[in-house]
Amino acid sequence: MSSIPLQSRLPKTYKIKAIKQETEMVRTYTFDGSLGARPGQFVMVWLPGIDEKPFSVAFDNGAETKITFFAVGPMSEEFARCSVGDLVEWKAGQHIALVAGGYGAAPMYFVAAETVHHGCTLEVFVGARSKEHLLYLKELESLPHVSLHVATNDGSMGFKGFNVQHLGKMLEVCQRGSKGNKGLKGVKGGDLDPIDQVFACGPEMMLKAVSELTAKYKIPSQLSLERYMKCGYGICGNCVVDPLGIRLCTEGPVVKNDACVKIEEFGKYHRDALGKKHAF
Amino acid sequence: MNLSQTLLGVTFGNPTILASGIMGITASSWRLVTQNGAGGITTKSLWLKEHKGHKNPTIISTEHWTLNAVGVPDAGPEKAHEEIGSFMKNKPVPLIANIIAESVENFAATAEAILPLQPDFLEVNISCPNVEDEFGKPFACSAPAAAAVTRAVKKVSGKTPVFIKLSPNVDSIAAIAEACASAGADGFTVINTVGPGMAIDLRSRMPILANKVGGLSGPGIKPIAVKCVADVYSATKGKLPIIGTGGIYTGEDAIEIMLAGASLVGIGTAVGDRGIDVFAKICDEMQLWCTNEGVDEIGSLVGGMHRELSQRNTPTRKPSRSGQSRTS
Repeated sequence: MSSIPLQSRLPKTYKIKAIKQETEMVRTYTFDGSLGARPGQFVMVWLPGIDEKPFSVAFDNGAETKITFFAVGPMSEEFARCSVGDLVEWKAGQHIALVAGGYGAAPMYFVAAETVHHGCTLEVFVGARSKEHLLYLKELESLPHVSLHVATNDGSMGFKGFNVQHLGKMLEVCQRGSKGNKGLKGVKGGDLDPIDQVFACGPEMMLKAVSELTAKYKIPSQLSLERYMKCGYGICGNCVVDPLGIRLCTEGPVVKNDACVKIEEFGKYHRDALGKKHAF
Repeated sequence: MNLSQTLLGVTFGNPTILASGIMGITASSWRLVTQNGAGGITTKSLWLKEHKGHKNPTIISTEHWTLNAVGVPDAGPEKAHEEIGSFMKNKPVPLIANIIAESVENFAATAEAILPLQPDFLEVNISCPNVEDEFGKPFACSAPAAAAVTRAVKKVSGKTPVFIKLSPNVDSIAAIAEACASAGADGFTVINTVGPGMAIDLRSRMPILANKVGGLSGPGIKPIAVKCVADVYSATKGKLPIIGTGGIYTGEDAIEIMLAGASLVGIGTAVGDRGIDVFAKICDEMQLWCTNEGVDEIGSLVGGMHRELSQRNTPTRKPSRSGQSRTS
């Protein structure tokens, strides 16, 4: 059974090297130093005197670390405390679909940057409420072997609707299994080899839709779930999900869809700091 | 060897118990702990009304210690009924309901709110060091206050055994235990966390815990727990069962605290260091030790140190009555 290494249970403070205002509400901080993070992992970020919460890692190249988040309130110049969860897993050369909702684009960019190094071809479905809330488009576009598919709820950029609908349309074509299918209207480019695997990060209802869709097409998928955490290393029990009892800080936060479909609260409710249920 | 322990009419499949405050929020969590070998589980402390805890960071640790100031968050009896009710429907192991309150009256009222769920034991948390700013010194720090809470809970508890959870942060834990025993306590959980302590981040110059201070746990506190269990066992002449907890990580740790007088052994912080299956690991290690040492009855270990001392005509050490004894 997994447990979190001891050295990552005490906060370490890092200076902010750069701040990028991504959208009106979203910022990316670059910290000087590597946490040795891998795609799918999260860090517990502590702002002294304010609070401490889990954030997805947007990038870690061994020299610097980036996190992207909603900027609210005064931000301190120190941060830290690293915790590790499960990693996303892929095989070299796979045809992978990434589904990113809102600021879920940040950790999905990290997955994209790593997987293309392993010869993977990517279909990246980035979605947001509207054009100004889209994140990491330039960064994703700059990667080789990436076909970008943009969706916005209001149609201000790309496909009008949810990115999962967009993914559904592609799977309908790709999963017929025959290479060389003609492209589908509204789904841009990319070869249409079957998708080997799907990774997703974003709002839970989006993840639920990805779970159902990938189950329908029998494609393995890995979903990055989010629950309120206190300790971040598996003893407080706050991020345990019903009825499996697994802790998302240690057995997650990335959960394979075979397990996700057994989580009864998935897409239904989550718990607050008191353990009280709140419907999505 | 059969590791089961029966006390006050309740049989535990093995002596390892999930300590209060760890993995203790939901029935799903308790079931996972049970599947990983725990002989019994203790709920997180339950309040009469919703109670907010502290902000994060609430739990931090190194290889030497863990500091926590979660601040006892709880959603109140409605959630307790839902979660405990769900667990009790198909109960795999005994459940100990831990209750907390800010006043003597509300300890009784909380007990009354929880008792209809038929927990096997009530554990009364009079010793949390993390809500002192809110409510003042814990009841466990004064013999009259500890006895008053015990009396109030016993008045409403009927046949459900009442365990009082004691604090090590007192002049004489023996005196507190005696006062609670006279007030009708059926058993004790020994000990709650030590301190409180503090940790400071150097660069921000800030205390790391949002509450600034927090209770100390982890392997380093085991000698304090063993000593406190020995003191309570002596003070009550071994007549009242003790759940020994504090820094228990291995089967040998468990046996040590049983020799001091514990019938059951609480496991908490070790879940983070040895994994959720620490309960099964500790049971395996106890089995192995007992086999190697020719011990065929786990219950024979309870209080073994005290019997050994008296057989060797060494007077059992008298628990100190006031303050720390000085050696120089």
